[in-house]
Amino acid sequence: MSACASSPTSGGGASGSLPSLEALRDRLLEAVPGAQIQIQPNPAVPEQSSLVVDPAHAVAVARYLRDAEDLRLDYCSNVTGVDWLDAFTEETVTRTRVVEGREVTVEETIRHRRPGYLEVVYHLYSMSLRHGPVILRQRTRNRVDDTRVASLTPVWRSAEFQEREVYDLFGVQFEGHPDLRRILMWDEFADHPMRKDYVEPDDYEYEPTPNAEILPKARRHYPLEGTA
Amino acid sequence: MSKPLDFDAAEQLAMATGDVEPEQLDHDAPVSLPPPGPRYEAVPRAASPAIPEPEGELLEVSVGPHHPSTHGVFRMNVVLDGEKIVQLKPVFGYLHRNHEKLGEQTTYLGNMPYTDRLDYFCSLSNNWAYALAVEKLAGLKVPERAEYIRVITAELTRLVNHSSLVGFLLHDMGTMGTPLMYAFREREKILDAFEALTGARMMCNYHRFGGCRVDLPPGWLDQVRTIVDNFPRFIDEMERLLSENEVLIARTHGVGVLPPELAVNAGVTGPSLRASGINYDLRKVDRYGIYDRFQFRVPLGEKGDVYDRYMMRILEMRESVKILQQALRDIPEGPVIDPKVRLRNFTPPVGEAYGRIEAPKGELGFYLISDGSKKPYRYRIRPPSFINLTVLEDMCRGHTLADAVIILGAVDIVLGEVDR
Amino acid sequence: MDPGLQNELSKRGIFTTTWQELLRFGYNWGRKNSLWPLNFGLACCAIEMIAASMARFDIARFGAEVFRPSPRQADLMIVAGTVTKKMAPLVVRLYNQMPEPKYVIAMGACAISGGPFKQGYNVLKGIDRFLPVDVHIPGCPPRPEALLHGLITLQKLIEAQEIHGPNKPRHLQETAPNEYPIPRYGRFDLDPPKNPEVWPGRPLPRGENK
Repeated sequence: MSACASSPTSGGGASGSLPSLEALRDRLLEAVPGAQIQIQPNPAVPEQSSLVVDPAHAVAVARYLRDAEDLRLDYCSNVTGVDWLDAFTEETVTRTRVVEGREVTVEETIRHRRPGYLEVVYHLYSMSLRHGPVILRQRTRNRVDDTRVASLTPVWRSAEFQEREVYDLFGVQFEGHPDLRRILMWDEFADHPMRKDYVEPDDYEYEPTPNAEILPKARRHYPLEGTA
Repeated sequence: MSKPLDFDAAEQLAMATGDVEPEQLDHDAPVSLPPPGPRYEAVPRAASPAIPEPEGELLEVSVGPHHPSTHGVFRMNVVLDGEKIVQLKPVFGYLHRNHEKLGEQTTYLGNMPYTDRLDYFCSLSNNWAYALAVEKLAGLKVPERAEYIRVITAELTRLVNHSSLVGFLLHDMGTMGTPLMYAFREREKILDAFEALTGARMMCNYHRFGGCRVDLPPGWLDQVRTIVDNFPRFIDEMERLLSENEVLIARTHGVGVLPPELAVNAGVTGPSLRASGINYDLRKVDRYGIYDRFQFRVPLGEKGDVYDRYMMRILEMRESVKILQQALRDIPEGPVIDPKVRLRNFTPPVGEAYGRIEAPKGELGFYLISDGSKKPYRYRIRPPSFINLTVLEDMCRGHTLADAVIILGAVDIVLGEVDR
Repeated sequence: MDPGLQNELSKRGIFTTTWQELLRFGYNWGRKNSLWPLNFGLACCAIEMIAASMARFDIARFGAEVFRPSPRQADLMIVAGTVTKKMAPLVVRLYNQMPEPKYVIAMGACAISGGPFKQGYNVLKGIDRFLPVDVHIPGCPPRPEALLHGLITLQKLIEAQEIHGPNKPRHLQETAPNEYPIPRYGRFDLDPPKNPEVWPGRPLPRGENK
């Protein structure tokens, strides 16, 4: 009781008695040897920045967060999947090259490809100390063949159905989940519809709507001339 | 009007901490529950939990999705030993309407009407939760009058939800009609007020980022005052009819007990959590909106059985009436929406935000990731009734199938929100 | 009988009819005033359906308050809400289990066309693709009064039905189907995605038939 008597909460769900994210990361690195934890800043809502944990140590980190006396993040509120496609960034560099025996300065554009990945986001709160959120993220290696992360259902039961949902809609494989089946779509379904590159069944009906993205679909169905 | 039911047990139930004065049960008080040591740890569930040696033959029954007591198109695959449930697997997805996928294809403002259809009893609470998340993401402020309107509409929604829930719960127990008819009679009065305000009975689509859509029509506050002033009579009527009813007590006492450790670990929120004795109400914890200005109490249960969950609803309705009376007394004049907010082509900055409110069914959260475009990159709904169903099997095991129906009824699910 | 004579007689207060006409009237009158709906709600519209059966709107005034939980006892299916692809086979199965004569009301935008959710991957774009619908009620959700209006429209349809001759309703024709094939869950969609006998093709879009 005395441990939690000095736990004021601040409005808006901001973390009141929680240590800063940097301090939390350092503590976690100390408590879980070998873990790789980065801080991902959140430019819009800085107090909701998150910790990116490697899947191999995610369960140990989660247990520490739940059981540490001053953290007690006993309540995992929200589990979300996010699909990040391959991202390309372009960079312009100036280089000197030898063209036909002369040195020329050329501007070149280099495309950097950041391979896509799937991400699982956990929002943690403490019911006993009434603070939060601490946001944990796990990332898969890629989007295609290695989509494994660690299941945190053994730590928080509330993740059970939500992780099943992320598996169903995004195709993330949760290792250590007790009952990983499809939950919303039927069992025979063979795709993961919440992925960004999902192609939905072509059963769309014509509707003269001004929505710029729907019109091409409608035109594909009804190749008419003169319709809007 | 007769004196309210002399039922001290209800008050005791409300103040689970015994002699604590109501106003002392405030938001800063720590929860008394967690003892030191690893706490709130629930045993993870095996893929197929071992079924104990049956006395007779095991019977598998698929209840739903078309079943009058599953509150929509919910399905449970139940394994019965005689009449006892040994295994219960919920099956979801029969109302999976792709809210999240559609939300990523629609603009921020365009998503507001979709939130109405999540939990279709409580459209105004859903509006608020979404508006709150977007306001957090974009850093918007809400005018004073709009905050009051939000509180009034959200608490009226809570009255609608809880009274209907009590009606449906009793309907599941076999009272063909009476409590449900009483509940819907009150619901119609509140829906008339919603219609006068928003133009729609159920799908209100009223809150906006940075305020509300329109100001109150003339005479609306008086209409709501009449509803609110008469509402305690309805609660008394329900209580006189139900709270000490022998059948209700026989059906609900000790049925579907949810231990507090499991409730916290499984993320149960809302009245079901508080029926297990955990003092966690986001109106007190987050103090979102202007809830810190109102005097109200958070009712708590002792046992966490179906009767406590029923009683939570009754007591929360009484507290909502208190909040409504204070809000209707204090509501100021002024603008209802920040005129600088551009709702069309609304583009929040890059980043992400998770906003949550205490919806009538539990913690309703919206998680938005913005990539700086006009549509959310990720639009996630944290549905309270979906996550509250995590513990359905644990609550039902060992009870009869008829009990499972009322345990499910007391969880208070709406399939639009469960499956989204 | 000569219609002129019949008209003349009725002006004098003498009403004439034929045995067949009397039979038709009595048969249809009985059926239209005791429609038993299936107690079957899918989504938001179901709440307005319940509201219609409550004291304020009181669907019992029209003889349709006996909501039956079992399809074997019902003769009206009110498809109240979004039909998802996961739910569609079960809706068709419920319809098949209902005894003839049976009627379908599509209540709300979702049941008619998918409504606001028609772009969803798991949403059936209208129950018309698998079942013959008698009355459509637009709205999202339709008010209880609209459901009552839809019910009265259905009652008028029933009242006007012939029981002899080529215009007999479906349930009196021996060759007409009273069951429809149930779609199966496919790998990406329902299999088949629509029943071509019930849903012969796309409706003509605006501007095509000029």
